[in-house]
Amino acid sequence: MNIPVNLKYTNSHEWVRLDADGTITVGITDHAQEALGDIVFLELPEPGRTLEAGKECAVVESVKAASDIYAPVAGEVVARNDAAVDAPESVNRDAYAAWLFKLKPANMADLDGLLDAAAYEKVAAE
Amino acid sequence: MIRKTPLYDTHVAAGAKIVDFAGWLMPIHYGSQIEEHHAVRTDAGMFDVSHMLGLDLVGAESQAFLRRLLANDVAKLTVPGKALYSCMLKDDGGIIDDLIVYFFAPEKYRIVVNAGTAEKDLAWMRLVAADFAVSLTPRRDLAMIAVQGPNARERFWAAFPVARAATVMLAPFQAAEWEVDGVTWLIARTGYTGEDGFEIGIPADQAPGVWQKLFDAGIRPVGLGARDTLRLEAGMNLYGQDMDETQNPLESGLAWTVDSKDANRDFIGKSALVRRQEQGSLRTFLGLVLLDKGVLRARQKVVTPQGEGEITSGSFSPTLNRSIALARLPAGVAIGDVVQVEIRDKHLKARVVKPVFVRHGQSQIKECEP
Repeated sequence: MNIPVNLKYTNSHEWVRLDADGTITVGITDHAQEALGDIVFLELPEPGRTLEAGKECAVVESVKAASDIYAPVAGEVVARNDAAVDAPESVNRDAYAAWLFKLKPANMADLDGLLDAAAYEKVAAE
Repeated sequence: MIRKTPLYDTHVAAGAKIVDFAGWLMPIHYGSQIEEHHAVRTDAGMFDVSHMLGLDLVGAESQAFLRRLLANDVAKLTVPGKALYSCMLKDDGGIIDDLIVYFFAPEKYRIVVNAGTAEKDLAWMRLVAADFAVSLTPRRDLAMIAVQGPNARERFWAAFPVARAATVMLAPFQAAEWEVDGVTWLIARTGYTGEDGFEIGIPADQAPGVWQKLFDAGIRPVGLGARDTLRLEAGMNLYGQDMDETQNPLESGLAWTVDSKDANRDFIGKSALVRRQEQGSLRTFLGLVLLDKGVLRARQKVVTPQGEGEITSGSFSPTLNRSIALARLPAGVAIGDVVQVEIRDKHLKARVVKPVFVRHGQSQIKECEP
């Protein structure tokens, strides 16, 4: 299973990367893309939208089914990956390169509540 | 108890992702559903459909029994091997199952029914059969493999050259029994993809060897995931999704399978269908092509000027590269109309089309733009 150690994770299979500018980048894990199968459509939050932690904020649709994506922490959307919207299959090719959106967290301390790679590996194995 | 087909170990060894489908452990895909889909549209793919149940029907009153049991009329089958698609109805016209019946002689037929409905189908058939001199034998000793695609027949013959003579003359929807080493194979030019090909019924113990030979002839294993997108593109109904016991064939796009030409034939469900027809305002069963971005899914609500309808099957079409669906819509909705589909908090535009999206690799949808 491909679970990079430099990222943080959620129980709902999102990955989170803390960037140098204090924003976070969010995507879905390799395990999630594998489970979903061929991804054909992404619906991502508009920049400027305020997200609540743990609430649905995006949708990833595979040939099989639609899956909700949850905000890892509260914050404001600062960017959305339109290249991934135009080529949803890029998430299957490399789930860690094809990020979905960037968020400015409302409270940096919220990031402490996320899982590390070892903890997420247990979640993904369930 | 969950069941496995004779090819289960073969699928696992090939790296298939296995799911529970109607109580059977079946391959959903072997890596990429979309690549498997394209293989069937452009070359050849094979499906394990051994979860479906074959039944042998024999006896002097076999034809009379089927003319009572089925909404379509087996009397039109006169050429040995010819097959017929039909619904089996309840008294109230609700669909118990859809099936294919193969004719060999007026006292000998083979019936193939869906996996999820096999038990209730058999119980129903036996109930009806009590009034007829027939005997019904489930054939769980058989495996079934479908080979589908523009090159499927050629690749099948490459794997089994001696079967060519017995099967090269088969017309669509016709089957032949082929004797090989003392066992009988049923080879039918039928399928569930909108492509040419065969469906083959063979003894279960031969299945892994036959599968391997077909694989060596360049036929790619295809899972149930692509089977669903292929049949949806072909505009073929899926039992349990597009219709069930609460729906009748007239409002499920299957009026063409209800044969009332012989006024003296009283099939089960006939009077209920006549009453429903007399009531009028029959709902239509048509295709949708999504004009906006998104994916149509079963059970989404369709809003039309004539009232609300419902998507019964929806997915992304790998061939058309856009989302398509089958939908049950209010009377008066017509091909060419633009309707609204409720997807989450949005209303997206879709065009109503004839429910055949792809045939023989070619898009049947001419006009897709709003």
